Amino acid sequence: MILATVAFYLFATVLIVAALLVVSARNPVHSVLFLILAFFNAAGLFVLLGAEFLAMVLIVVYVGAVAVLFLFVVMMLDIDFTELRQGFLNYAPLGLFIAIIFFGELVAVGIAWTMSPALSSAVAHPTPTDTTNTEALGRVLYTNYVHVFQGAGMVLLVAMIGAIVLTLRHREGVKRQSASAQVGRRRAEAVELRKVRPGEGL
Amino acid sequence: MVIGLGHYLTVAAALFTIGIFGIFLNRKNVIIILMSIELILLSVNINLVAFSAFLGDMSGQVFALLVLTVAAAEAAIGLAILVVYFRNRGTIAVEDVNIMKG
Repeated sequence: MILATVAFYLFATVLIVAALLVVSARNPVHSVLFLILAFFNAAGLFVLLGAEFLAMVLIVVYVGAVAVLFLFVVMMLDIDFTELRQGFLNYAPLGLFIAIIFFGELVAVGIAWTMSPALSSAVAHPTPTDTTNTEALGRVLYTNYVHVFQGAGMVLLVAMIGAIVLTLRHREGVKRQSASAQVGRRRAEAVELRKVRPGEGL
Repeated sequence: MVIGLGHYLTVAAALFTIGIFGIFLNRKNVIIILMSIELILLSVNINLVAFSAFLGDMSGQVFALLVLTVAAAEAAIGLAILVVYFRNRGTIAVEDVNIMKG
């Protein structure tokens, strides 16, 4: 019990600090690395909550795909980040003001909020105690939510096609391999027979 | 001291607020804005999983999985748009992005 409490506070603290450093780091590469740290600690919180599958998916998807994508873009684009940081502190008071208002509202909701007693009987898919988290999630996801699951797959497909369509470009003057042109070549247009007389050359 | 639902909701609220703050703080740097959006979606995921765990309902985790999917798709499209914008303008300062409109 004590261990779980200590782990929660550790993960939560590191998560919040890493998130603060993401938005305030001077170098965007450091921002991405702190984002990865934040994702790892969120995955730790998920493990504490008993959602192991989502924790692993968070690491695989966010750290393995999204954060690496960010890292690629930050490193590949030649961006002058010092220019982008001008006026950084000018925006801070307004941002802080709105953030404080927002947090105050969230706290107000948190204080006024109570859970309805009818909620415990209205559970749609009770968490089974005899199976693993992955199996329980799969049993719900592939039965009751199968259409939503397929919709999620469609979202990913559209995102993939969209990203390819947006970034694909054909540059002029770059030699490319054309397999159909190679295969479609005939003997007549590739080989020419010349009669060469001795001592004269072509 | 037992860790309850309120603890997780507080962490998620703080994370959400940091995400909002990050959007305002980095008005010019669209990469950090995208990362702030990722933080906001992560806080939503923490909320969903916390409620799922404390109510004993699996559907919260299903929704968290869907939010994860949408977040990944959004990051891919956002960064693709960013790359195209950088190719056209040579910078990623998004303050003057309204030059592009009609």
